[in-house]
Amino acid sequence: MKKLLVLSTIILLIAACGGSEGGKKNPADNPSEPAKTETGNPSYDPKRGEGKFTSVEVSPSLDAAKAEAGEKVYSVKCGSCHKLSDEKLVGPGWKGVTSRHTAEWIMNFSTNPDEMLNKDPKAQAMLELCLVRMPNQNLSDDDARNVYEFMRKNDGIK
Amino acid sequence: MKKMTPWVITAALVCLLSINFSCKPNNAKSAVSGDAASKAYVPPGKFDEYYNFVSGGFSGQLSVYGLPSGRLLRVIPVFSVDPEKGYGYSEETKPMLNTSRGFVPWDDLHHTELSQTNGEVDGRWVFGNGNNTPRVARIDLTTFRTAEVIELPNSAGNHSSPFITENTEYVVAGTRFSVPPDNVNGDVPINSYKQNFKGYISFISVDKTSGKMDIAFQLQCPGVNFDLSHAGKGKSNGWFFFSCYNSEQANTLLEQNASQKDKDFIMAVNWKKAEEYLKAGKGKKVPAKYAHNVYNDKTHTATSEIKTEVTVLDVKELKDICYMIPCPKSPHGCDVDPTGEYIVGSGKLAALIPVFSFDKMQKAIAAKDFDGEYDGIPVIKYASALYGEVQKPGLGPLHTEFDANGNAYTSFFVSSEVVKWNIKDLKVLDRAPTYYSVGHLCVPGGDSKKPFGKYLIAYNKITKDRFLPTGPELSQSAQLYDISGDKMQLILDFPTIGEPHYAQAVPASLISKNSLKFFNINENTNPYLAKGEKESKVVREGNKIHVYMTSIRSHFAPDNIEGIKLGDEVYFHVTNLEQDWDVPHGFAVKGATNAELLIMPGETSTLKWVPDRTGIYPIYCTDFCSALHQEMQGYVRVSPAGSNVPLTFSTGTNVPKPDTAATK
Repeated sequence: MKKLLVLSTIILLIAACGGSEGGKKNPADNPSEPAKTETGNPSYDPKRGEGKFTSVEVSPSLDAAKAEAGEKVYSVKCGSCHKLSDEKLVGPGWKGVTSRHTAEWIMNFSTNPDEMLNKDPKAQAMLELCLVRMPNQNLSDDDARNVYEFMRKNDGIK
Repeated sequence: MKKMTPWVITAALVCLLSINFSCKPNNAKSAVSGDAASKAYVPPGKFDEYYNFVSGGFSGQLSVYGLPSGRLLRVIPVFSVDPEKGYGYSEETKPMLNTSRGFVPWDDLHHTELSQTNGEVDGRWVFGNGNNTPRVARIDLTTFRTAEVIELPNSAGNHSSPFITENTEYVVAGTRFSVPPDNVNGDVPINSYKQNFKGYISFISVDKTSGKMDIAFQLQCPGVNFDLSHAGKGKSNGWFFFSCYNSEQANTLLEQNASQKDKDFIMAVNWKKAEEYLKAGKGKKVPAKYAHNVYNDKTHTATSEIKTEVTVLDVKELKDICYMIPCPKSPHGCDVDPTGEYIVGSGKLAALIPVFSFDKMQKAIAAKDFDGEYDGIPVIKYASALYGEVQKPGLGPLHTEFDANGNAYTSFFVSSEVVKWNIKDLKVLDRAPTYYSVGHLCVPGGDSKKPFGKYLIAYNKITKDRFLPTGPELSQSAQLYDISGDKMQLILDFPTIGEPHYAQAVPASLISKNSLKFFNINENTNPYLAKGEKESKVVREGNKIHVYMTSIRSHFAPDNIEGIKLGDEVYFHVTNLEQDWDVPHGFAVKGATNAELLIMPGETSTLKWVPDRTGIYPIYCTDFCSALHQEMQGYVRVSPAGSNVPLTFSTGTNVPKPDTAATK
């Protein structure tokens, strides 16, 4: 009887220690989750990227006002790391970026870099070259669109 | 053996398992029961349930712990410099520590009090008092930074502070050391205490929206030691209660001479009445000199203003503001229960706890049921204000907090225990030992109208053998008790910084949702802001060099500066261009005689540096920011006075000429 009690107490103790850990989702586990979804998730469109932008309307000609607003954002939040030439500084130079990626991909990446770096193959390849995770500079939706227009201007769209 | 319950066996098992480090044979009571570990355990990645704002005592700072884990979340610099954060070292924060006596780099932060609305903790600000050079600080709980510091004239030893009224209309500050007022000649014999020394109590108004503090008025009271205080609430809102000792008015060997009388006082202050007198113009405007320091989150800069006048009400002349209630033996704690009816005085040399009734006190005042006067203030008869006494509660009662179920918890320094008792019937319900010599204690919301209960934290003055030894100086400690059941249960010890006096605790959800993640760079109006690398530059103004510098992972702009000469004063104004959470950059320069900067995203911060010899000085980022953090560095060249090296600055372009490189 005594042995049984001791044994059951130990089991109870172990159960009490382990009980609270199971079941609930742990925020610390999050970074590992995308690794699981990366391979098998068919809904992920690597052309579009991960984020809120699904289709961006882009006219053939430049929206000069947007580009000008975008340049202002660039000088405060982007210019420290991205040159306008094709030369890499901290991140890649912007020359030609609008032909390398879709508008959606660029705007998703610029507003949602952490999730993109966790799952997007192109973003991950770039991280291997630059070794600095692009900071989330908290661009608004309009900021992101304007910066994209400034990139187009930089790529010679008139 | 058959009678042994599983609980006892569990306790015995835990004791056996822990015998090597905690189950001391001479101290069997330190055994904790089996589920203590799970109650205090917060798994990695999980959040604590409560924030605990703990005074840092002689560290001058305020510490923030998570409960129930006891994890130290942050140390907020308040009254002392903090080189780690550049607080008191950066040009922007130096004014926070300015006083009428100039820059004071240290103080003794005794008590903390969270702001309240309708008597309930609202999670907006926490106040702290500086005891040595009397000051009160307001800490903003969106930024967890000191937002404001106000100095108190006519005061010394600001101890009965920073307690607040139920809508944070006022923060009070009562002098522990009575002194001659500032505007009279203080060069008097020390033993003229009775004639020349006065006790001032300050009522500091707090703006409802901005939190801005201002000394609304001061009460000139008899010279005694004001120790602690709490506001009335609910029915007693409009009153404030201060414990006072040394009613003997001794000026030497207080240990003996201030312990002569059988009773000292709790002073009841009708602050609504004081407001009436103030409105009627009865206050005297008196010359004074005190600093008012305000930090601005947009300029990221503090300003210090020296004020020159304060309004004083003389409670001897202006009747009906103050009444004395006799209270046994040098009262320390002065605590008001959640209903506002019961005022608990804790005579630190008494063997009982008197509980006063607000209703009885009001009746006694109406009936003028007085026992003479103390220095012009009516003394209410002890029995006429007394609700009852807790008999044989323990030795050396200090402080009392409350739960939501009509129970009070009092700390006992001498008998080293926390005692739970019922407010209504004054019966002792439970005792729990503390390790060792508890001073203050805290129940979440425990001095508000709505205590949250659940936990009690004892703040102990002596740690001795509770932690691994660290030489002669040991940390002080906190002990966490689960008070959700009938019996208090010790579940955790954790060390604290400085000496923890009062603390406050609040459900995390009240505060975490408002926590700021970074400063919006578009709202930064610091005059030396460089908004983007394009605006980085170096400007000479006489012998002052202003470096408008930016930092982003992983470089500074500029990172090469030449043309600085001996005799120059260099100001590095560093703007952190990041706009993401948890990406501060640090900044340090070799040989600077102050500290580093730690610059939050979107913030501008300035380090003054006066080079003392010629040569090359590295600068670097001190806060590991990225994989290329070790590359985040630069050089500054210092030339002799009168040198003709031109002032130049650059990032990435100052490279050797091709032929120089080739000769290598």
